[in-house]
Amino acid sequence: MKRSYLKLDHIDKAFPRAGGATEVLRDVDLAIEKGEFVSIIGHSGCGKSTLLNIVAGLTPATRGAVLLEDREVNSPGPDRAVVFQNHSLLPWLTAYENVRLAVDKVFSGVKSKAERHDWTMRNLDLVQMGHARDKRPAEISGGMKQRVGIARALAMEPKVLLLDEPFGALDALTRAHLQDQVMQIHAGLANTVIMITHDVDEAVLLSDRIVMMTNGPAAHVGEVLEVPLARPRRRIEVATDPTYLRCREAVLRFLYERHRYVEAA
Amino acid sequence: MSLTLLRSEDRKPAPSVSKAAVIPLAVPHRPLSARLLPVLRGAATTGVPPLVTLVLILLVWQMLTAQPGATLPSPTQIWAESRDLIVAPFFDYGSQDIGLGWRVLVSLQRVGVGFGLAAVAGVLIGTLIGQSLWAMRGLDPVFQVLRTVPPLAWLPLSLAAFRDSHPSAIFVIFITSIWPVIINTAVGIRNIPQDYRNVAAVLRLNSLEFFWRIMIPSAAPYIFTGLRIGIGLSWLAIVAAEMLTGGVGIGFFIWDAWNSSRLPDIVVALLYIGVVGFLLDRLVALAGRIATRGTASA
Repeated sequence: MKRSYLKLDHIDKAFPRAGGATEVLRDVDLAIEKGEFVSIIGHSGCGKSTLLNIVAGLTPATRGAVLLEDREVNSPGPDRAVVFQNHSLLPWLTAYENVRLAVDKVFSGVKSKAERHDWTMRNLDLVQMGHARDKRPAEISGGMKQRVGIARALAMEPKVLLLDEPFGALDALTRAHLQDQVMQIHAGLANTVIMITHDVDEAVLLSDRIVMMTNGPAAHVGEVLEVPLARPRRRIEVATDPTYLRCREAVLRFLYERHRYVEAA
Repeated sequence: MSLTLLRSEDRKPAPSVSKAAVIPLAVPHRPLSARLLPVLRGAATTGVPPLVTLVLILLVWQMLTAQPGATLPSPTQIWAESRDLIVAPFFDYGSQDIGLGWRVLVSLQRVGVGFGLAAVAGVLIGTLIGQSLWAMRGLDPVFQVLRTVPPLAWLPLSLAAFRDSHPSAIFVIFITSIWPVIINTAVGIRNIPQDYRNVAAVLRLNSLEFFWRIMIPSAAPYIFTGLRIGIGLSWLAIVAAEMLTGGVGIGFFIWDAWNSSRLPDIVVALLYIGVVGFLLDRLVALAGRIATRGTASA
């Protein structure tokens, strides 16, 4: 049997509650290869963020385990860097200092001071934020904050990059721009990426595979869709590509026919 | 001065660049008055109302205390008898005959030590309470009771413990100003957004790094609110404590003046205390604004 790079092994998650427990995830089983870009899509409240937090180690699984290169990981660490939905930059640090904090922490003792500075600037330049290095988060736009957040995550040289609805709070144009940038970075660095999203186009455009979650409670992997589109993908050309349209339709059918969102009863 | 000249130059109908170096000496008169007017108007709107109030208060005070048989000194009497205290804060004619500026400095020094200790201890204890549910359950009720004890009620105990007036006064400052620092710090720590904790977890910050890089900056606005309340309370407490412990401070000066029936001196001392207390409050507020820049508008 072939070993996977990252394996979510039969993960259950239940939150204890007065008089019992709320079962959020049931038996989520997923294998991800190195360099793969996987999206997890589902209606809000289906537990996809919980799943990402479990992979990140921020939330413990009730049963099951996360295996990274055949080793169980159950606490957070820089090998699984997270880009949070609301950027989570520290507002009292500048863009540079936010990235530098991560670089200093991960590469202390490995890189010299000058190397850490260069590495910080390289990652800021990678997301085209080198020019705003001395700005504090309050002084830059939402898209720029998210880019710094991505730079911070990339600077840790993570084995797996976890994106938690990274573009959810951005306007459509900024979002498209950042999606293109993430595709470029992925092409250049070949990171392994898991992205949470509820945007069908985003999922199809960016992913190698799309994991579709059923509705909660007790959500599980409903279906996994391969996206056999050649890379590099260009937003405009792909929009009329029959494969793209077929994939898009498949996700839409899953979300809106078989697992329609039911208003919380 | 050069700035004024430059500006007034701007208003002149554009002299050529080469001439600009020559002209300035001739210009100043008219534009300067035009420039001064708004400044004067601004000064008038902020300066005149308090000035009017002050004059009114002095007038009423004078009328009330000028009649024969008045128990309190009138402003003119204060000026006549205590002028040296008002105009020369830093004279020094021997052990108890010194200017009020010196006395204030002595009191400030005590406040500095007591409040400094309270700030450090308060932030540390507040952090503990904010971080740990059990520390909060155990300590919070105790603190809620202790913080209502008036400053001077601690004095006999601390005199008994330290057997010396100087550390006792400092202890009273400490115990008075520490509560708001503890309570506000604890609230600030409890309100650290989960996002920052997640960032710290992913980066694997150790507890010392977490304390310096995340907790203190994140809770800084709360901490400074506590410090500001604390410094106000310290200043209240030191005057009262010094009245009882003696020494050179401004509080003892008041007690001493009362014992030798120098009422005008007491009034002057009150003014000193008020002004210094106001400045202390502004100082901590300013330090807070500088230290928390960026944080507030996240």
